Amino acid sequence: MMLELRKINSGYGAAQVLRDVSLSVAPGEILCLLGRNGAGKTTTMQTIMGLLPLMSGKILLDGRDVGALPTHEVPRAGIGYIPQGRRLFTGLSVAQNLEIGLQVRNSGREVLDEVLDLFPRLRERMSQPAQTLSGGEQQMLATARALCIKPKVLLLDEPTEGLQPSMIEAIRQVIVKMREAGVAILLVEQRIEAVLSVADRVAFIENGRNGETMTVAEMRANPHVVDRYVGV
Amino acid sequence: MEFGPHLLLATLEGAVTAAVLALTAVGLSLVFGVMRVVNIAHGEFYMLGAVIAWYVAHMMGGHPALGFFLALVLAPLLVGAIAVLADVIILKRVDYDPERTIVATIGLLYIIQQLTLMTYGPEARPVEAPFNSRIALPWFEWGENGFQFYYPWGLSTTSYKLAVIGAAGVVLLGVWAMMTRTKVGLLMRATQADRDMALAFGIPVERVYALVFGIGAALAALGAVLIVPIQQAHYLMGADPLLLAFIVVIIGGLGSLPGTVLAALFIGLSDGIISVFFSPTLAKILATLLVGLVLVWRPQGLFGTRTA
Ligand SMILES: Nc1ncnc2c1ncn2[C@@H]1O[C@H](COP(=O)(O)OP(=O)(O)OP(=O)(O)O)[C@@H](O)[C@H]1O
Ligand SMILES: [Mg+2]
Repeated sequence: MMLELRKINSGYGAAQVLRDVSLSVAPGEILCLLGRNGAGKTTTMQTIMGLLPLMSGKILLDGRDVGALPTHEVPRAGIGYIPQGRRLFTGLSVAQNLEIGLQVRNSGREVLDEVLDLFPRLRERMSQPAQTLSGGEQQMLATARALCIKPKVLLLDEPTEGLQPSMIEAIRQVIVKMREAGVAILLVEQRIEAVLSVADRVAFIENGRNGETMTVAEMRANPHVVDRYVGV
Repeated sequence: MEFGPHLLLATLEGAVTAAVLALTAVGLSLVFGVMRVVNIAHGEFYMLGAVIAWYVAHMMGGHPALGFFLALVLAPLLVGAIAVLADVIILKRVDYDPERTIVATIGLLYIIQQLTLMTYGPEARPVEAPFNSRIALPWFEWGENGFQFYYPWGLSTTSYKLAVIGAAGVVLLGVWAMMTRTKVGLLMRATQADRDMALAFGIPVERVYALVFGIGAALAALGAVLIVPIQQAHYLMGADPLLLAFIVVIIGGLGSLPGTVLAALFIGLSDGIISVFFSPTLAKILATLLVGLVLVWRPQGLFGTRTA
């Protein structure tokens, strides 16, 4: 396994959110995390990044215990994070945002070129301040910034939120390319058809606890499971 | 003296105030911008700069320039190091919580001030300027022979005062270049924009904070070393620069460096001019009033951008 969570517990201060959550993602696999609003998907990703303290449990990256690292060392181990709401560095240009991604693991210029080939629109806007990009372009930049670290594991938190179909398709293609390159991908995605089109396995999460984990084929065969975890 | 030459003199005095104020305020603004820490002890770092300058100059002996230039290097370095220590020992321990850092830096203010009183004492002591020749300034008039220059009596400045203005300008350009042209500046700006994302992209935020707090304090100390040949070192000298720096930072827009420099120029020059023509008290009253007006009508400062 490339990324493995073993019974992690975490939350915000005294308020515990995650309880004994376990997950694993193999290289070249897309695992989709599904759950209702407030189930703890973003919390899971922030805990992996070390932004929330791990109360107990282990986070392993390629066998290495990254849960014990200081926060800023976690991305250096090879985890790229595309947070919910993009969270670009405002005030910095597109080029500078990418520069921040490149310096994480001292990626060379060739990495930047590869990334810009995936998002040609960013190449035309390198000197534009990040906050003035359109919503879709901002999502491209947030994705490109994470790819600049040449990640072994990619965490994507609702990358298609608020995007038009053509932009969603562009993001989807990049995710698939990353899978082909052997990256382990943990994806949070609300739209079921998008999940079915891209994911290999699905892990349900409910009130901060693990629900069932199944392959996409199994999920197709049992639509009522989806209703149970994310239905209204 | 006539009005014109008098105004020139006041403007020059104001420019010296503005130069030192800009250094102090940029330090305060940098710390607030990147760390979101309101550093009440900033004025004490300024005072420490002046006091250390006196010690260095006093111990060096020889030509005054020797001690002064050594102080110009040593005082900011030492004060910066003290600030880094304060950051690691105190601010990091309170998790950079906005309210608790205010209380913590108030405590730091008194610790530094009282330690200085106990060691350096209550006297005000001068540091000799490294050079200080009088420069008479020309004025012009339309006489019966047309346009001509002359040197009015009393219209003069010193080479040292001009050097202070120049030195402050050079240092400010340096800070600007560091922030916009270097990698460490980029990491500082990223940390300022989003601390958590900075961490998620491998930036050692704690080290960035320590560095920024050190640089902020060093800038205040540098301003104080520059002013101490004009004003003398005293353990209570930090209060006025703190107040003025806050006024400048608020008017300029919290965390905006160009805004801070422009506001320092504005406040420094008007302070100089109003003090000469009316009274220093009126200058302070007007500056404080301006802060009130800015806070009511443009809380983000004259040059700041409103953040959501
Ligand atoms: N900063 C915070 N402080 C305290 N509680 C928080 C904080 N952020 C989130 N929570 C709580 O943690 C729980 C999980 O939130 P989380 O953001 O992980 O949900 P999510 O699954 O990502 O939901 P969504 O689909 O809406 O993004 C929620 O109950 C939320 O209220
Ligand atoms: Mg979320």
